[in-house]
Amino acid sequence: MTRAAATNPVDALVGFTGAYLEFEKPLQRIHQDIQQLEREQGESRGDLSAEIRSQRTRLRTRTKRLYSNLTPWETVLVARHPKRPLITDYIQTVVQDFCELHGDRTFGDDPAIMTGFGRIAGHRVMLVGHNKGKDTKERIACNFGCAHPEGYRKAMMRMKLAAKYNLPVVCLVDTQGAYPGIGSEERGISQAIAVNLMEMSRLQTPIVCAVIGEGGSGGALGIGVADRVAMFEHSFYSVISPEGCAAILFKTGEQRKRAAESLKLTSKELKKLGIIDTVIPEPLGGAHRNPAEASANLEQFLAESLRDLKRRKVPTLVKRRYERLRNAGSYFETCQGKKKIRVTRATSPSSGTNRSATANRVARLDRTATPAPRP
Amino acid sequence: MAVDRPTEKKSDVPAGLWTRCDPCGATVYSKDLAENLHVCPECGFHQRVDARTRTEQLVDPGSFEEYWADLVSTDPLKFKDRITYKDRLKKAQQATGERDAIVAGKAYIRGRPVVLAVMNPAFIMASMGSVVGEKITSAIELAADENLPVVIVTASGGARMQEGMVSLVQMAKTSAAVAKLDDAGGLYIVVATDPTTAGVAASFASLGDVIIAEPAAMMGFAGPRVIANTIKSELPEGFQTAEFMLEHGFVDRIVARLDLRKEIARIIDYCGK
Repeated sequence: MTRAAATNPVDALVGFTGAYLEFEKPLQRIHQDIQQLEREQGESRGDLSAEIRSQRTRLRTRTKRLYSNLTPWETVLVARHPKRPLITDYIQTVVQDFCELHGDRTFGDDPAIMTGFGRIAGHRVMLVGHNKGKDTKERIACNFGCAHPEGYRKAMMRMKLAAKYNLPVVCLVDTQGAYPGIGSEERGISQAIAVNLMEMSRLQTPIVCAVIGEGGSGGALGIGVADRVAMFEHSFYSVISPEGCAAILFKTGEQRKRAAESLKLTSKELKKLGIIDTVIPEPLGGAHRNPAEASANLEQFLAESLRDLKRRKVPTLVKRRYERLRNAGSYFETCQGKKKIRVTRATSPSSGTNRSATANRVARLDRTATPAPRP
Repeated sequence: MAVDRPTEKKSDVPAGLWTRCDPCGATVYSKDLAENLHVCPECGFHQRVDARTRTEQLVDPGSFEEYWADLVSTDPLKFKDRITYKDRLKKAQQATGERDAIVAGKAYIRGRPVVLAVMNPAFIMASMGSVVGEKITSAIELAADENLPVVIVTASGGARMQEGMVSLVQMAKTSAAVAKLDDAGGLYIVVATDPTTAGVAASFASLGDVIIAEPAAMMGFAGPRVIANTIKSELPEGFQTAEFMLEHGFVDRIVARLDLRKEIARIIDYCGK
């Protein structure tokens, strides 16, 4: 396997062959200028290297400026970019000796979720992740990464296998959401996701999750309960797509930009809210411009997390995983007729656990109920 | 992913003297309807009822002791669509007299002690935000701690969009609590009522040891309009109903509202709690 090799960031920008997004048009013009200059240089119409150099610097600074200030909606577009690296790319660059395991042994093999053994930074792991597909044919075959119930059941089966042999589970999330179709409902998509949430919360092995592109609602969370949750810098994670939110709450699909802002779906916002632990940095101009560097960053995050989690005792890990979920939420407790007191906010244990909610709850329970003796 | 469905009209307890049953068009004397537990005496249609009415219908009179009544959402996202989430909450609170979309506590059902949580479709379509997630989790944990069966009456449009990812995580939180109860050997009964959908369907509502549903309750994950748009054709008759879920193996029994107390007690007795 080729290891993630560092590429010169500007070479990566100039070498980019994918489509430019609407908001990237200024970059495209500079890119075209550089190509034009290089062509002229090649036809030896004089020494243009100084001009090329200055344009390259311009490209780098403009890209940097643009990408450090992406709006939430622009982030959504970058996360969905057709050239954005997929699980299949990371299998090439981050995972060694990937041994794919197909099927859920009940209904079929859902290609929208891939599962299999592999090695990451020397650790044997079980890899589970959404696959959106590289080209049109693949994309249609795997429903653009929208999994059916059999995909989630396949994932759970492999996670249980991993737990049996103490392999950590690595989940790569990249989906618009679970597949909304008749077959999906008939085969119990709700139940399949629900069972995954329940079983992942008590799976007796470390789980690491990274959102590599789109984190779409329950379909993402269905393989997203973990001891460490990370997001790539320009990926997004949301309870509903901005389009869906706009259609329901703003009563028009045109408001998707505003919906994207309201939903707080970027890695930065979600880190602030304590929903995720880590933001994995992306290369200059996004992961799609430099997949090698994106791979290296992902590998670094996974290697560190795996090393750290494998050192802990599994029961402690599972207990902390529960506490992390237990403390997620944001509510007041009003005291009868008195001033409102803020009790808790969304927290993850790594960003400092707020225990007052639980403590408060226990106190209240003691007042109102006598504990029954345990059998 | 919350399902958008106009509901406010028929979700409330009828205030007038007469109530029209939407499906059959019959005009029923409101008092008779209430005595019949809001099931149309003409066609048997199960109307949506708010959480207080439902609780009253289910538990032994006077036995309900409410817990966690003081929880209120903090609006973690400072969310604003056409109106702010704060205002939306305030409006729902004023309209229903409740703080959020769930009522929970301890009660007796035909003499059997239970932990009970009832979702309230009259409150922002009982969407699940922090408060619903917290109270469901607390109820399940209480049941595990005190070795009591827990009965959850589900009805929800899904996760509460206005709380963004904080609401999505409630799916994992509540499901983790079910795992804890399961490890402790506790009994969990789901009573799925109209509508049990999206984020609630894809978490604790699908994890009961026994899942019973009311007749014709809408149950499903994705919104019917979303599915119709995806497959570009009409949806089959009876799609995403309790009967559809029974047929496909995801609901264990369909029980009419008038039999719910009896059936819940029966299941509790079989499970020896």
